[in-house]
Amino acid sequence: MHHRHHEYRNGRAIAAVVLGTAAGVAILAVARKGMRKRTIVQPEDSPRRLWRRTGAVAALVGRTVTINRPREEVYARWRDFARFPEFMENVRSVTPIDRMRSRWVIEAPAGSSVTFETKITEERENELIAWETDADSEVSNSGRVLFRDAPGGRGTQVEATIAYEPPAGAVGRAAAKVMQREPQIQVRRELRRFKQLMETGEIATAATELTAPRA
Amino acid sequence: MRALTWHGKRDVRVDTVRDPEIVNPRDAIIKVTSTAICGSDLHLYNGLIPALTPGDILGHEFMGEVVDVGKDNKKLKKGDRVVVPFVIACGHCFFCEKQLYAACDNSNPADKADISEMLYGHRAGGFFGYTHLTGGYAGGQAEYVRVPYSDVGPIVVPDGMEDDEVLFLSDILPTGWMAAENCEIKEGDTVAVWGCGPVGLFAVQSALIMGAGQVIAIDHYPHRLELARKFGAKAVNFRNTHVYEALVEMTGGIGPDAVIDAVGMESHGFAVDNLYDYAKQKVMLETDRPHVLRQALYACRKGGRVSVPGVYGGFVDKFPAGAFMQKGLTLRTGQTHMQRYMPKLLDLIREGKVDTTFLISHRLPLEQAPKGYHKFAFEQNETTKVVLKPGMQ
Repeated sequence: MHHRHHEYRNGRAIAAVVLGTAAGVAILAVARKGMRKRTIVQPEDSPRRLWRRTGAVAALVGRTVTINRPREEVYARWRDFARFPEFMENVRSVTPIDRMRSRWVIEAPAGSSVTFETKITEERENELIAWETDADSEVSNSGRVLFRDAPGGRGTQVEATIAYEPPAGAVGRAAAKVMQREPQIQVRRELRRFKQLMETGEIATAATELTAPRA
Repeated sequence: MRALTWHGKRDVRVDTVRDPEIVNPRDAIIKVTSTAICGSDLHLYNGLIPALTPGDILGHEFMGEVVDVGKDNKKLKKGDRVVVPFVIACGHCFFCEKQLYAACDNSNPADKADISEMLYGHRAGGFFGYTHLTGGYAGGQAEYVRVPYSDVGPIVVPDGMEDDEVLFLSDILPTGWMAAENCEIKEGDTVAVWGCGPVGLFAVQSALIMGAGQVIAIDHYPHRLELARKFGAKAVNFRNTHVYEALVEMTGGIGPDAVIDAVGMESHGFAVDNLYDYAKQKVMLETDRPHVLRQALYACRKGGRVSVPGVYGGFVDKFPAGAFMQKGLTLRTGQTHMQRYMPKLLDLIREGKVDTTFLISHRLPLEQAPKGYHKFAFEQNETTKVVLKPGMQ
């Protein structure tokens, strides 16, 4: 009897925990939904791409890195678009057409490639480069890279922000993520490689042979 | 070449693998003459860290001869004998310029750095032979090693010094030294050291050199406590006595001025639940005793210093935040900023002020590395350090 009574009490306790948890989750879900609808409460100085809001047409990704080199040097190296493939993993080539326009060839799934053109929409030497893809190209993105002096003589802060249309919506983006071509991951890794190249003159790799694929 | 490779839990083998070559301009290739098994290698051996792939070459304590150098390496030349630090550091980033070499921002390859950035908030530096979390670099328990940024890390060994004298500059001696430095020792201080493994024993020596009046070593292996005593430490065997009471009584009721946790928990498993469970059950000295870190914080005197060279990887349960805050303790820790300490410690070895060779209990050919792992893991009283010699028959 005693034993059974115990089980009964345990069962009630478990039920209480389960119901309590479910109620908690429901309340949190409602609260979260409510929060999403709200606009940003000012003041708010963080980068816009980090704000907890949904409903934007294009996805906004970005990243800031500090590079321990002078701003002019960092800017000049970035402005040399033809050398992007040295640190951008999926970029096969970037060919300048004129001062404002470039032709890009990037790797696509299954060994194919995608070609598109971009044009610079705004440029301020040592400060900013903004670009967008041609309206009729297969790939649609725009973005800007800001260059500013890091405080305390730490070199240059490089902030890249990219707005892009996810390929074939959410499914395409999920597929891209599996292939590690999700833009947020890509931006982060490419800026790391750019930083390595600027600071150390080489790109860090654990490879032990030259022929091995780049890490 | 031949190399010690990891294949799974307690399954390490000496395999034939491809020789490394120069990949980046600042690389060097080292022909290994001596390499040691580290306590932290045992956690890989025990299969507790999933960020390893079968076939990975282990080992982060090694030295040898330079046999090839990249075109941008202006410091080393073929034929140099060098000790290589386990920390791979670029020498040019914000952290390296501050001599925080273990925090190097560039040595962890871009695609491998995501894991540690997620786990710790910031990416880890690159280390040799220690999982893909720290870069996935091939290790030194091999005939040859590719050494990146070799114009920053390796230190050239002066003629006339034996491998056994200088090998431990690669990790455990600087690690023990930094542990003592983090204690900010003042003349006459008492320093308590938990764990008389290689790092603990070097911390004992370092604390005495830095002017500690009394060093108390805590362990349960009689042989290891005996070694600590040889250097002038007092021995406390936690199987015999109550550690907290002993430390308070041996310091006139005040408590140690500084405490060193040279045990760690090197948390294994980078899944949260795994880390949690592991942290709860596994403290390296003994599974059934309280956490060393908790005990160290509890025993430390008011306003004292807590130094943690012991490795932690994840989360700990019941951190005594009250003792930490109410007593106003200072906590200092970190992977060792190797390159900062190597030249000074090389001098101390040369002047005979630090003894390193006492530690070596076994010298084995590389081919017998699996036996070395087994001994170091299961015969800890007698096996204080295993050195592997690729050239030895």
